[in-house]
Amino acid sequence: MSTLDHQDTGPGNTGPGNTVPDNPYDLLGDDHDDGHRWAFGTGFTDPLAGIDTSVPAGVDAAALARYCLALGDDALIYSHRLQQWVTRMPELEEETAIANIALDLLGQARMLLARAGGILGRTEDELAFFRDEKDFRNVALAEYADQDFAELVARLLIFASWRLALFEELAGRGSSAGAADPVLAAIAAKAVNELAYHRDYAAQWVVRLGDGTDRSHRRMQDGLEAVWPLTGELWRPDADALAELSPGAVDAVLDTVLAAAGLDRPAAAPLAAVGGRAGRDGVHTEAMGYILAELQSVARAHPDATW
Amino acid sequence: MVSAAYDVAAATPDPELPMLTITDLGILRAVDETAAGVTVTITPTYSGCPAMREISADITHRLDRAGFGHVTVKTQLAPPWTSDWITADGRRKLAAAGIAPPSPAPRRSGPVPLTLTFSPHSGPAAPGCPHCGSPRTRRTAEFSATACKSLYRCDECGEPFEAVKPL
Repeated sequence: MSTLDHQDTGPGNTGPGNTVPDNPYDLLGDDHDDGHRWAFGTGFTDPLAGIDTSVPAGVDAAALARYCLALGDDALIYSHRLQQWVTRMPELEEETAIANIALDLLGQARMLLARAGGILGRTEDELAFFRDEKDFRNVALAEYADQDFAELVARLLIFASWRLALFEELAGRGSSAGAADPVLAAIAAKAVNELAYHRDYAAQWVVRLGDGTDRSHRRMQDGLEAVWPLTGELWRPDADALAELSPGAVDAVLDTVLAAAGLDRPAAAPLAAVGGRAGRDGVHTEAMGYILAELQSVARAHPDATW
Repeated sequence: MVSAAYDVAAATPDPELPMLTITDLGILRAVDETAAGVTVTITPTYSGCPAMREISADITHRLDRAGFGHVTVKTQLAPPWTSDWITADGRRKLAAAGIAPPSPAPRRSGPVPLTLTFSPHSGPAAPGCPHCGSPRTRRTAEFSATACKSLYRCDECGEPFEAVKPL
């Protein structure tokens, strides 16, 4: 059996003098218990390993799990939608941007699902791959299928502005003391810096297209109009919420961007809830079934597969 | 804390930037050596950092090989990692590898201000070219091949290069 010195075969390190096994497939059958693995990224562990995940006194554990699930599902489903854009972007720079934003959101989803799962007694993978549509709590904005680049950046601007403002509150960087759960507060604090990059990326494109040619302006306005009805759901009252966020904070950001872009704030009425129920209640748009089919089919076909 | 176990853990390379150790990157937060074993605490750079598992396994393997038993690797989220924690040594190694080290991360209290226009010279202070040293560089994209980097181009020598994002 060839020896693989982990230090010498890290990705990107292909300089001379490396120990390269004769046949990389030999490593597949190797003993994985000694810290070696046959490929980069094949191991997944609890993203909250070693973190004190006890629920503080005074915090309703069931409500905390529901809330983390909601915020985690927003990120998981949104990330999946962005991943579907990869290889379809107009330029390589946008390709890497969208892939990076999707990766950040996936990381946030993993930590939030792990936080919920720790309380519910389920792993993050079980929550992502073995829940049915009615048990997903994401808002409809996360599951919407962008029809073009204008819709993509319009939706990302709204989502990232909302999530950034909410996470600033959860992290205690807004007008409140932050989430009563320190794990959620720490996840939010970490995400804030990432979301600021996402929001500004989307804002800059909205301004560039809105303030561009007649055609780009018209299509950017159309993109905004298309996704705007989905914003109403963001402000539905949530009894589980661990931070208060007023629409004014997000509106101020959006209005600033729209003014710079020369775009009109859409007047479209919000998408109606179904019998008073929406995404947080497990009631989704038609798009959701297709997303879950793609997201979950491999895991469900091979439920006991290990890497 | 400096101990024999610390030295072993500290030498672990980052899988995506293998010219840097986890100490250079500011990812290693603590090494606690007790009679029961060694506990190593690390922090992710980005929420979605795919290297955490690699780093954790590598630390365990190295300590194991050096004769330390019962190794536990813990994650710490707060305070969140900032590119300011990259050491002077780390910055030197980045530049030597053709990657511009990050400018100081913005420190804010209150809401993150909006940056509305993308221009090659907007945003964080432009890093000097790691190839020719010219300060005349322009940002071509906010994101790059890994979560922690942006793309730049040098106006002097024309070479594109990556820079670690200030975060």
